[in-house]
Amino acid sequence: MTELNAIELEDVVKEYLSHGEVVQAVKGVTLEIAEGEFFSLLGPSGCGKTTTMRMIAGFEEPSRGVVRLHGKDVTDVPPNKRDVNMVFQSYALFPHMSVWDNVAFGLKQKKTPQDEIKRRVGEMLEIVDLVGREKRRPREMSGGQQQRVALARALVNRPRALLLDEPLGALDLKLRQAMQIELKRIQREVGITFVYVTHDQSEALTMSDRIAVMNDGLVEQLAAPREIYERPATAFVAGFIGTSNLLKGTANGGTLKIGGGRVLVPGHEGDVTVTVRPEKITIGTGEPEPGVSSVRGTVSEMVYLGTYNSYSVKLPDGAEITVFEQNAHDATATAERGDSVWLSWQAQHSYVIGS
Amino acid sequence: MSMRGLRLGDRLLHAYTWLVVLWLSSPIAVMILFGFNDKKSKSNTSWQGFTLKWYGELFSISDLTTALRNSLVIALVSTIITVVIGTMLGLAVGRYRFRGQGATNFLVFAAISTPELVMGASLLSLFVSGNLPRNANTIIIAHVLFSLSFVVVTVRARVITLDPSMEEAARDLGASAWGTFRQVTLPAVMPGVAAGAMLAFALSIDDYVVTSFVNGSTITFPLWIVGSVKTGIPPQVNVMGTLIFGVGVLIAVANAVAARRRA
Repeated sequence: MTELNAIELEDVVKEYLSHGEVVQAVKGVTLEIAEGEFFSLLGPSGCGKTTTMRMIAGFEEPSRGVVRLHGKDVTDVPPNKRDVNMVFQSYALFPHMSVWDNVAFGLKQKKTPQDEIKRRVGEMLEIVDLVGREKRRPREMSGGQQQRVALARALVNRPRALLLDEPLGALDLKLRQAMQIELKRIQREVGITFVYVTHDQSEALTMSDRIAVMNDGLVEQLAAPREIYERPATAFVAGFIGTSNLLKGTANGGTLKIGGGRVLVPGHEGDVTVTVRPEKITIGTGEPEPGVSSVRGTVSEMVYLGTYNSYSVKLPDGAEITVFEQNAHDATATAERGDSVWLSWQAQHSYVIGS
Repeated sequence: MSMRGLRLGDRLLHAYTWLVVLWLSSPIAVMILFGFNDKKSKSNTSWQGFTLKWYGELFSISDLTTALRNSLVIALVSTIITVVIGTMLGLAVGRYRFRGQGATNFLVFAAISTPELVMGASLLSLFVSGNLPRNANTIIIAHVLFSLSFVVVTVRARVITLDPSMEEAARDLGASAWGTFRQVTLPAVMPGVAAGAMLAFALSIDDYVVTSFVNGSTITFPLWIVGSVKTGIPPQVNVMGTLIFGVGVLIAVANAVAARRRA
């Protein structure tokens, strides 16, 4: 028996009529999300990630394309008949109900027997660490607690997939980081497919098994976090995920002449754009060994950031390169502002973006 | 020096506050007091001793009793109709964007700001030209008309504070459209509905102006009182007023207690 995907989108398009003009919010997205996967839809606001999620939940009907849940076409199935549950950005808790009644709501709709409701709600409140707060009203709780009520309310139904729409957006940084670890733990514990919508790249990188980076209604790259970070498929992905340097030039014999140095791009010819991550670059005052990519420049800015130093280095052609230097040995930086430096990195750390 | 000034200011504020309270409550106090007046003359305007007999003879004036019953029935029926229509309208203008929304909002406001005399006179000519006999039904129609806007406004004010995703969440958790309304939307807007219902009831039970145009031969409590001014208002009216006021106070207190418990 072949493993069925939890969620499949097949060339899904969503069009809106706005001031008499057809606007495409989602321009043809195809995704296969595996059973038990932690899958993120990552992109800037307006990229179509939330619309995509709402089509999975059933709140938006695709203009074209097919949505499948566990192999079954659900494109025309209303949200209350779909075996997925959603955690809303605003939590959308029911203000007139206690925590217990909020969590039990879904089971009651399915006419679950009372004793089973009692058992499952109790178990779920234990998982999200809210035992003893059953009788509270949502507004009597902190943002983090409300978040966990929303999570429990969705998970208690044991959906085929849980959809999370920027669920940590309203929390402060410390709580957000704690909840990221918590979410990952809960996902492992319940073994349910999570689809996570976020514009926060570090959140997506931390938690996801795979990430679909979206921009302007399309998926720019779909891969594991490491792959996306190390080998961005497009200039947009390289720029959106972390800090990255873009170098443009004409390759000749697998080498790019830039800034009094050379960037090795084996197997590439003609106009190319090369990306390299700041932490892969070594900064030094002496000329590096041959066999690596190396360029010359002048330090225009140096910022001490505790665990590392961040340099901005200006190349003779005007391009600006960011370099992170681990603060491993002593407190003195390799170079100061105005110093002339060599930057070098291994050939495999240059990544040529499809030009 | 400044402390003394502050204390003097505080004292003045206290005195002023109590004056306002006295001013607001004196008509009610007089009404309650003269319900206990052991009056001998025809008019009930001078104090002649304490008695409870008017409470015992509360329903001894049959016209007055009929008028009170008419008022209560009309207030109850018009409140129910108003709350049903007003809640739907309040939900619509508070939650959705639709063609004609601006016009609807304007009409709601216009109905509040229309002078009662104008509304009464125009309703009368409408009923007359429509050949509709004037009775309790036309009074109910009129009362629904002028109290509808108040329910719309209180429900809309409540709807606006609610998270619009709440209903989507209920749908997502398996509730049908009707189940979502019954279990989530309606309970969440209930405080607005209750406030609107109390307003509608209060507006209906003591309306004189509009009612006097459209009543035909049906007499309500306020109409009966105005009609008896020349011959002298009997103390039973004071007693009925006291009881209505008492029920109102009870509802207000219960509401305050419930609000404190919720908070």
